[in-house]
Amino acid sequence: MANEQKGVSRRDFLKTTGIATGALVGGGLIGGLVGYNVNKDGVQTKGGTQNAENHDTTSVKGLMFFTKRADFNILSQAVERIFPEDDLGPGAIGLGVPYFIDNQLAGNYGSNAREYMQGPFFAGEATQGYQSRLTRAEIFRQGIAMMEDEAQKRFQKGFTELDGGQMDEILTSIQKNEVEMKGVSSEFFFRLLRQATLEGAYADPIYNGNTNMDGWRMKGFPGHQMAYINVIEEEKFQKIEPKSISSMQH
Amino acid sequence: MAKTLDKVDVVTVGVGWMGGIIAAECAKAGLKVRGLERGKPRGTEDYLMVHDEYRYAIRYELMQDLSKETITFRNHRKMRALPMRQLGSFLLGEGLGGAGTHWNGHTFRFLPYDFQIKTMTEKKYGKNKLSKEYLLQDWGVTYDELEPYFDKYEKTTGISGENTNPFAGKRSSEFPTPPMKKTPILKKFENATSSLGYHPYMLPSANLSEVYENPDGQTIGACQYCGFCERFGCEYGAKTSPEITVVPTAMKTGNFDITFHANVVEVLKSGNKVTGVRYVDTQSGEEFIQPAEVVVLTSYVMNNAKLLMVSKIGEQYNPDTGRGTLGKNYGYQILPTVTGFFNEQMNVFMGAGALGMTIDDFNGDSFDHSDLDFIHGASISITQTGYRPIQINPVPPETPAWGSDFKKASIENYTRMLSIGGQGASMPHKENFMSLDPDYRDAYGVPLLQLTYNFTEQDRNMHKYLTDRIAEIMKEMGAKTVVPGNPISDYDIVPYQTTHNTGGTIMGTDPANSVVNTYLQHWDAENLFVVGAGNFPHNGGYNPTGTIGALAYRTAEAILKYSKNGGSLV
Repeated sequence: MANEQKGVSRRDFLKTTGIATGALVGGGLIGGLVGYNVNKDGVQTKGGTQNAENHDTTSVKGLMFFTKRADFNILSQAVERIFPEDDLGPGAIGLGVPYFIDNQLAGNYGSNAREYMQGPFFAGEATQGYQSRLTRAEIFRQGIAMMEDEAQKRFQKGFTELDGGQMDEILTSIQKNEVEMKGVSSEFFFRLLRQATLEGAYADPIYNGNTNMDGWRMKGFPGHQMAYINVIEEEKFQKIEPKSISSMQH
Repeated sequence: MAKTLDKVDVVTVGVGWMGGIIAAECAKAGLKVRGLERGKPRGTEDYLMVHDEYRYAIRYELMQDLSKETITFRNHRKMRALPMRQLGSFLLGEGLGGAGTHWNGHTFRFLPYDFQIKTMTEKKYGKNKLSKEYLLQDWGVTYDELEPYFDKYEKTTGISGENTNPFAGKRSSEFPTPPMKKTPILKKFENATSSLGYHPYMLPSANLSEVYENPDGQTIGACQYCGFCERFGCEYGAKTSPEITVVPTAMKTGNFDITFHANVVEVLKSGNKVTGVRYVDTQSGEEFIQPAEVVVLTSYVMNNAKLLMVSKIGEQYNPDTGRGTLGKNYGYQILPTVTGFFNEQMNVFMGAGALGMTIDDFNGDSFDHSDLDFIHGASISITQTGYRPIQINPVPPETPAWGSDFKKASIENYTRMLSIGGQGASMPHKENFMSLDPDYRDAYGVPLLQLTYNFTEQDRNMHKYLTDRIAEIMKEMGAKTVVPGNPISDYDIVPYQTTHNTGGTIMGTDPANSVVNTYLQHWDAENLFVVGAGNFPHNGGYNPTGTIGALAYRTAEAILKYSKNGGSLV
């Protein structure tokens, strides 16, 4: 793989830099690392110049929701555990998932703008679905503080200082609903976190995740294509260079 | 004080398929029609950026804004009903075209058996096949009576299909356009079901196989198989929708207009007639009264029932006494599904909403139920809708839900997984019904509709039986791992299942067991018509749109007759 070819395993790189990773993300250096990612066939997959993906070179990622870098770093490490960097390609951090989530939390998603949020609130049965008075933004804030608390309680360290196995232990407890949260179950928070990670990995890059469309490239999804009418009857699997819907802006 | 507007001949509440059909037919005949649509105008030109899974499929851009209105839900009467705070199990529409904008386009005709289910079941299996708790009844129209209207709806929408299904009702003409392309994925299903002795056919589709001009002079485009139908609008105008067919047809007569952002909160009644409707302008907050000679409720199942309930028109169904008809016979669908993992990579990301093949060998009464503990069944289909990467993360059993192994497996299997689904009929049960919620209200102060629903014994038995049959097909298709869906227990409103909700405003031949007569004319108000899948006394093993479309065309004819002669149509 490219990273190995260049003598840098990005996984090791992230590991050894530890807490510095967050700062790197913030500083936009990760974007540079992703730039020389390649797909299985060894074909250069850096953003194509044939379409609007070269917007990436000028796009700016920033925090719209989180105010503390430390919180953003916890989120980043947690989502990387859910969708890690491996020999298939980048993980959540490399795909920009933390920025995707931050940006979404600042908007309709975070404020549950299109959902019924009127009281009275009762716990209800599982078959009745989400019944909390909390918005997603409030749940993420609380969830991230809780992850830090758990890290301190269990390992006397900050979450981002833990090794991968320790982070997984905490995430597993959250998933199994073994950790107390207010107004929401930790299991629900985990489901949100996992779902948002997948959304950030695979949504169109216009949302500041799926950097360089590498999420799609790993999966073999070609993103926005106008038509498959001429190839849909082919038996052979079609490898198609992905396109963002931003290529439709004209 | 509500401001009273000038009277119109016909007012429709909602402008989707039903409102559009009623409007087109009445306006063509010279009646002045006004559509009241609580959402906004939209059309093909709005769908240029529609290839966006996140915005449209995950965040539900085209669907109802639940912050304004939702439903409450409980599994049974002893449970406290709570609001469906986020969309899940079904996706309600809003805006011009309604759910007809974001539908897939599967356009079936219900089976002849469906319309006479009670008579035919009793004749073949005796009176005690189902317990008394199941409220089975005939619809009051037969398939043959509806056939010309099925034909009309299919010609308006240009449905692509092939007339080779031996279990379907008789057709008076061929499908207006040829079937869609038979892809390698569909051929796998065709070969497997054929070799098992079943009868596969191309799913009747409103994603048209070729450019088509309908009898009203509207042109529908040819499908490009781009994979963005389900939950999306079509940027090619190739997925038949109200906004490219019946709405412009009504518009060009000069007899139809639409008021947008108009949320109807009450149907006004005086004696045995309705006088109009009261609505709120959702932008200004002002209230208006729209008087009309004829009022037609053409919004979704839930809202049609709710409007009658809040307007106190008809008697609310009471599960203790069995009295009352409004809210009765709510039905959903039973969806046995089997997933198969294959060795080879397939072009799963290509597709169209209604690109598929189906068998009816286990639908309706196509097979013998003598030794089975249920009636009816499901159409079984494979559809190639275009797998989307956020939503489709298939992993074989025992794979963790996150982390490195999950990532590897979900990426590996995304292009190596297929699923086959049954669309199972749901039989009405005395404990499954709709009513008004006593506690929760919508943005306009009107009570929310309350849904009391659970799967029944009949549903569970059918689900199990059909899951086994589907697993056999999947095995025959050559999947290396076949994963049948879990048995169903209690209905859960969280995961998406189907938007094929039915009942609550059911049709029939007797005011004692139906809300509207067979022309969908309200028994208690001769100039009030209620049109939609709410009219179905039970749910069938197919998507409902074709059957509602047929009923709507029949009702449009009845409204024209009523506007000349008045009185009850039966």
